[in-house]
Amino acid sequence: MTVYLKLIWAYLKIGLFGFGGGYAMLALIEREVVAPGWITKQMFTDIVAISQMTPGPIGINSATYIGYVVTGSVLGSIITTLTVTLPSFLLVLYASHYIRRHRESTVIKGIFAGLRPVVIGLIASAALLLMNKQNFPDYTISIAICAASFCLVYFTKIHPIFIICLAGLVGLIVY
Amino acid sequence: MNNLYFKLFWTFLKIGAFTFGGGWAMISIIEREIVDKHRWINKEEFLDLLAVSQSLPGILAVNISVSIGDRLRGLKGSIVAALGTILPSFLIILAIAVFLTPDIIKNNPVVSKIFMGIRPCVVALIIAPVLSSARAAKITWKTVWIPIAVAVLIYVGCSPIVFIIIGGLGGYLWLSHKQKLAHDELNKRNNDNDRQ
Repeated sequence: MTVYLKLIWAYLKIGLFGFGGGYAMLALIEREVVAPGWITKQMFTDIVAISQMTPGPIGINSATYIGYVVTGSVLGSIITTLTVTLPSFLLVLYASHYIRRHRESTVIKGIFAGLRPVVIGLIASAALLLMNKQNFPDYTISIAICAASFCLVYFTKIHPIFIICLAGLVGLIVY
Repeated sequence: MNNLYFKLFWTFLKIGAFTFGGGWAMISIIEREIVDKHRWINKEEFLDLLAVSQSLPGILAVNISVSIGDRLRGLKGSIVAALGTILPSFLIILAIAVFLTPDIIKNNPVVSKIFMGIRPCVVALIIAPVLSSARAAKITWKTVWIPIAVAVLIYVGCSPIVFIIIGGLGGYLWLSHKQKLAHDELNKRNNDNDRQ
């Protein structure tokens, strides 16, 4: 029983203090689950590798995996997955309602006017950070896949999900 | 079952099942589904919801789905959208944890090859919304330095939170200054009219 409470506490903290999404949260997750000795450093590295090879947010992936491994039950993984999403779920709901109520105020209008160009910069930084050796191991085929995918998603009406599948197929054939 | 709830769940289930490489990679798919296909919200509003989602802690993908679900159908909508986003990765990871060992996935040559193709594609899926959002936010040659500076500074290691705070505060000061100028102008004109 106590292990469930400890897991809930750890994942509440991860959900509440994990800023910046995805890989920025990894350091926090590591501190909360490797340091108490729930999983080994090697297992944590495995979870990160699996998260990169499966869809979905890495925060959810790690919560589901660790919840199951630590408790040995599906219930454990359900609890950790729901716990990690709960704090931000409540915060986003509260913020959304507050903003809708004060939509016409100078404060909210001004904040959003200032945030819009910043958010575009944030998305651009995410793209820049992913332009690394791991995503582009060669400087030929991978760049061609990236350029072709960009043209398809930006200039055509082809669905991004189809483009992802196509890129996976191309990877399977050419590598 | 209400049709829109089902549509919302199905849409975010697809989004959750094809989000590789973190929350930002969802944006292209969400934009196509929510803004272009269903027309549930417009582009500018989408950008504002992104701003809220990014400004708060937690998992970006979940935050985005909660804010869009709430915008469309309140609390129930946000629960449906969040569950849709979470469910695919939950089921896949659980299946791996229960039935497989990490090594089977990690060292599988077929999976590795597929992902060598998907990873550069994901980068393209993040570049595309940068350009389309810049158009929606009416970024001009006068304001384009802001996203560029933010992107470069985060790239070299600055914290994103700093820019969210500066952006919000700066936007508020800029708008209240602009409104004050307009207000003063109006007063001046009224005074001139009175004198005449």
